[in-house]
Order: sequence, then structure tokens, then C-alpha cells
Amino acid sequence: MKEFVEGSHAIAQIIKACQPGVISAYPITPQTHIVEDLAQMVSNGELGSQFVNVESEHSAASVVLGGSATGVRVYTATSSQGLFYMQEVVFNIAGMRLPVVMTCANRAVSAPINIWNDQQDSISLRDSGWIQIYAENNQEAVDFHLIAYRLAEDKRVMLPVMVCMDGFILTHGMETLDLPEQDKVDKFLPKYNPLYKLDPADPISMGLLADPDYYMETRFAIQETMKSSIDYLSEISGQFNAVFGRDYKDLLIEEYQTKDAEKVIVAMGSVCGTIKEVVDEQRSKGKKVGLLRIIAFRPFPYARIYEALKHVSKIAVLDKAVSLGAYAPIAVEMKAAFYGKKKAPQVISSFVAGLGGRDITLESVREIFRRLSAKEVNSDFIDLKPELLKEEYGK
Amino acid sequence: MENSPLFKSGHTACAGCGQAIAARLVIEAAGPNTIVANNTGCLEVFSTKYPETAWGVPWIHSLFENSAAVASGIEAALIYLGKKATTNVIAQGGDGSTGDIGLQALSGMLERGHDILYVCYDNEAYMNTGVQRSGLTPFDTNTTTSPSGKISSGNIRPKKPVPEICNAHGIPYVATASAGFPQDLSRKVKKAFTIKGPKYIQVHVPCPLGWRHESNQMLPVAKLAVETGLYPLFEYENGILVNRKQITPKPVEEYLKSQGRFKHLLNSPEEIKKIQEIADNNIKKYGLKVEA
Repeated sequence: MKEFVEGSHAIAQIIKACQPGVISAYPITPQTHIVEDLAQMVSNGELGSQFVNVESEHSAASVVLGGSATGVRVYTATSSQGLFYMQEVVFNIAGMRLPVVMTCANRAVSAPINIWNDQQDSISLRDSGWIQIYAENNQEAVDFHLIAYRLAEDKRVMLPVMVCMDGFILTHGMETLDLPEQDKVDKFLPKYNPLYKLDPADPISMGLLADPDYYMETRFAIQETMKSSIDYLSEISGQFNAVFGRDYKDLLIEEYQTKDAEKVIVAMGSVCGTIKEVVDEQRSKGKKVGLLRIIAFRPFPYARIYEALKHVSKIAVLDKAVSLGAYAPIAVEMKAAFYGKKKAPQVISSFVAGLGGRDITLESVREIFRRLSAKEVNSDFIDLKPELLKEEYGK
Repeated sequence: MENSPLFKSGHTACAGCGQAIAARLVIEAAGPNTIVANNTGCLEVFSTKYPETAWGVPWIHSLFENSAAVASGIEAALIYLGKKATTNVIAQGGDGSTGDIGLQALSGMLERGHDILYVCYDNEAYMNTGVQRSGLTPFDTNTTTSPSGKISSGNIRPKKPVPEICNAHGIPYVATASAGFPQDLSRKVKKAFTIKGPKYIQVHVPCPLGWRHESNQMLPVAKLAVETGLYPLFEYENGILVNRKQITPKPVEEYLKSQGRFKHLLNSPEEIKKIQEIADNNIKKYGLKVEA
């Protein structure tokens, strides 16, 4: 069913189709349109979920934790400071192996306060035990939520999934989308049947204290599940394609003009649309350039990336986040993917762009290709304003 | 006492722990069709060290301050599943996790009108981390972070009035209780579950380790707190005081000298006078004195 629709509205539609028992959220820009729509659906009697209006993101995450532990499908959405305020619960949900699905409408973090897009929020929670997948466009954002529930609730997985979509660019962007029909959703996503739940008929205790004799194995188990999830993502992607006819391949990476490429940009999220346009433009001029788009940031598909890029001589990693005082987050993973390998790019340069919503334009991407030379650079900021730097440093 | 199927023996609480006894009374009064969400704290640690659990009801611990929110999610899920009418939900925690770090989550739970009983086990300090001051630590108490010294007689602030804060939310039932009055506590829990909506019960629970009294003195110490007027037992329904335990007030000194945490006050008549004033105000405010 094709519809010209705002990203947030489309997410609300697909969440409705997934029929969560409990929805809880706290307002934060740019997540708000999603939960407003869901609240309206509940108010209209179109959606039978319990919608719990909480007093903070900490409680939003805690409410869905409690709901999930009681054996129902749950949903929440947040951004930026909201995700950070949830952080303690975010780690807790993964440790308790609860299949919560969350939308992160990616937004910069304070200070300075900034409501616009980058990916610092979700990337900062990369070690939390959540599977993280990043959408390039709103069709993916919609489809990835369906896939997220299927993956999270898979008995081999039982881990929470965060679907990351760039704030405003996707959440408030209008596109013509194919919104999945309910009968197909029901075919793809079976009713949630929990392994364990809080039920007086069969009382169990959850969230016990694990001392040094028991703690490490719980972390090891999540790490092993994360590794296996690389395969499950591919498997579920295939099943999704069979029902909906949209092929996301292995759901780990997308290779765009990389086969014979000499220079490749590695990036994540909506900026990849812009990069593809520059790749097409440069290809038309005979330049062998390409894009490798990362879809799954956790688990990180090291082996897949190695196979895809081992023949490429120069790689530019574009991060929309920084690890202040260290290499940028995706750049670190890319270097790790090739360290000690027989074949490796001569150069893996790292660029930081688009922080706090600064536009990454076609020219920004061309500039990255220009700066990708034999001399490796690290965390090279793109599109800085010299006049502002002069103000700050007197240079 | 025979072993309870809902809160089993073998847990690792200290001898004479008022919280362990109160928690057992609460869950026995609530019955088997109850789901419990528990904050981090002594009760959580001593009752559920993997691979053992003392709980015979479904029980969940998430974090220090969020049991009210976790319970809200449980209640919402039960409504969705059509099981709420037959299932009680309890959120519980200590005084710090309830009245300090968890106050926001508690306020949210009360304001949203969830059908949940919140139980605060008030031992008047952060006992699980080693007797640090909480907002519910009484005036002049010696704790590890409000120590008495040459220029201080301990905690400089009065006890935070969490029952009144709950009352201000306009909820249907707020009560205080004490481990020293077990039947009264059981009755209040049972009564709470006859009322739909958010309920709050704050139970005074002596901690031999933190209060520094002998383990076998739990009951007398708890009783003295009530009998001096320092821990008034009352019930509010929809904001109206409907019941209070009346006393023939004993001087506060009797309570203070029963515990090491007040030992530094015993030679300070001025400080004792201030504490007597707190008791007298309670006696007046709640009408605690037995009429002749």
C-alpha cells in the first residue's frame, strides 16, 4: 500500500501493525511525532495497546522493561538526552535479555544543547548489549522495525533492538512508502510467546544478584548471541524479502559500486543517499569510487566488511559522531576489521561531519573524496567554519 | 514461625532485621496472586543472590530507583492481558530508593493512577551501602555521612515527609506501619488491596546494624518509636485521616537510649528537647494521645 507520508507517521503505522501490548515514552524532539501518532491511535480505539505517559525517559524504559518481563510486546522511542537519561535502564534491559524494540530518532547531545541530527546518542550506547541497525531512508526505517521485533523475539536472540533513524532528516521527511499490510505483517511476525514471564501460575525471580562466580558468563552469553546474530540478521532478511519483496541482502552492509573501486566512503544512515549521488556523479566522470554503507553497527560485521573492501586501496570513514580524545567510532571498527589481515587498504582515513545537524552536502562528500589521499588522516572535521574558529582561538 | 511458601527462610538477612520480617508479612498478606517489583537494596540483595531466591511469587528487580515504573509496566501489561483483576502488583524498596532517588518514579506511578501498592521499608538510612544518611534519616541521627562531631550532633535536617508527599497526589490510601506491630501491618496491606488505584504504605523497620541495637531488640525498639510519637501510625483515605494508633506517650529519651545511633545525644538535654518537640508535634498533628 503506497502512501506519501512523514517518516514518524510511517513508524507509528508499522508499530501499530506490530500490536505492542505496552507503549511508553516521554516527549523529546525529534521523536515526538511517532508517539503522538501512537497516542492518537490508542485514543481512537484503533490500537489496543496500553499507552503509559511517564514522567521521564528513565521511567519510559522501566515501564517497557516491566511490560516485557510480564510477557507482552513493548515499544518506546527517544532521542539524545532522553536516551542518555535511559542509559542505566538500557543496559539493564539487555542484561535481562528482554526483547524490547526502541526507535532512536538520532540527535546531537548537549552541551551546547542542539536538537538537530547526528548519531552521537545511539553510538554512545554501543556497548549496552542492544542490537543497533541504522536506516538510510524511511522505507528501511519502517521495514527495520518489523525485522527488529522478529529478531529480538527470536528465541536464539532474546536481545533488545534499537532502530536508528536520523532525526528530522528521516523522522520529519516525507517520502512515498510501501506500508506493509496487516496480513503480511501477521505472516512475518508471529505473536510474541515469551520464554519466561512474571506469572503467578509459575513464579520465577528475575534480575538476581550475580556475584563474581556467576556474572561473567552472563556477559559472555550476550557476546556470543551478538556474534550469532550476524547470521540471524541475514536469515530474517531473507524471510522478510519472501513476504514483502524487498531485499536487504544480509542486512549488515550495503555495497554500492565497490567491486572495482579504488576509493570508498564508509558511512551509516541517511547521509548514504547523498554519498550515492556523488558516487554516481564521479563514476560518470570515470572515477572508480564507491560507498560501503553499514546497516548493523552492533553486532559489527567485521568479516563481511573485510571481504567487501579488502581489495580497495583507500577508504574514507565518515562518522556523524566523535569519541573525543580518540579515533571516531566507526573509524575504530574499520581499522580493527583490517588489522593484521593479509589484504588491507593502504589508507583508512577518518572524517567527522554533520555534527549538530550541519548539512552534509554533495560538496561535503566531494571534499571527503578529495582529502582521501595517500596521507592518512584521523578525525578530520569537514565543513568547519574558519570565521568561528578564529573567534574561538584567535587564529 | 513456620516456613512461608511466599517468602522462604534461608535468605541472608542479618539476625533481627526488621525489613525481612516486614517483607514477609507484606507478601503473606498480599497472597500468591501477586507480582513484586523490588528496588535495589538490602531486601533485594539478601533475598535473591543467584542461584537462590526466597520469593515464592513472581518477583523482579531491575535497578535502584525504578520499581514504581517497572511495576507500572507490569500493571499495564496485566491490563492488556486481561489479568489485572486477579493479580496484585507491589512495588517496594527502602527509604532511600523510595524517597530520594526513586521519588520521581514513585510520583509518576501515583499521579498516573496505577492500581499498585507501593511499600517503603523505612530503616532511615542507606543500610545496604553502610549506613549513609538518606532524606528519611531522622533529625540528629549519627550516620556515616551525617556523623556527630565537635560542631555537629548528626543529621541536621528533619525526616522527609514521604507519606504526606504521597497524600498530596490525591491517592486513595496512604498508611504508615511498623515491624513492631505485625497484625496492624498485615491488616493495612489487606485493606490496601481492597482499594483500586495507587496505595502507599511506609513501614518502620529497625536495622540492628545501622541503628546499633541488639538483634533481639528489634520489636521493643520498633514499638518505642511508635509509643513515643516519633513514628506515628496512621491511615489516610482520599486525603482524610481515618485512623491513627493512639498512645500514652513515653518520653523520647527512652527510644533514643535504646540505640547507638543516638548515643551522642544522651548528655545533650537541648538536643533531646528538640527531638521531644518533633514527637509532641506528631502527637498534636495526628491526635495520637489516648484521651482520658
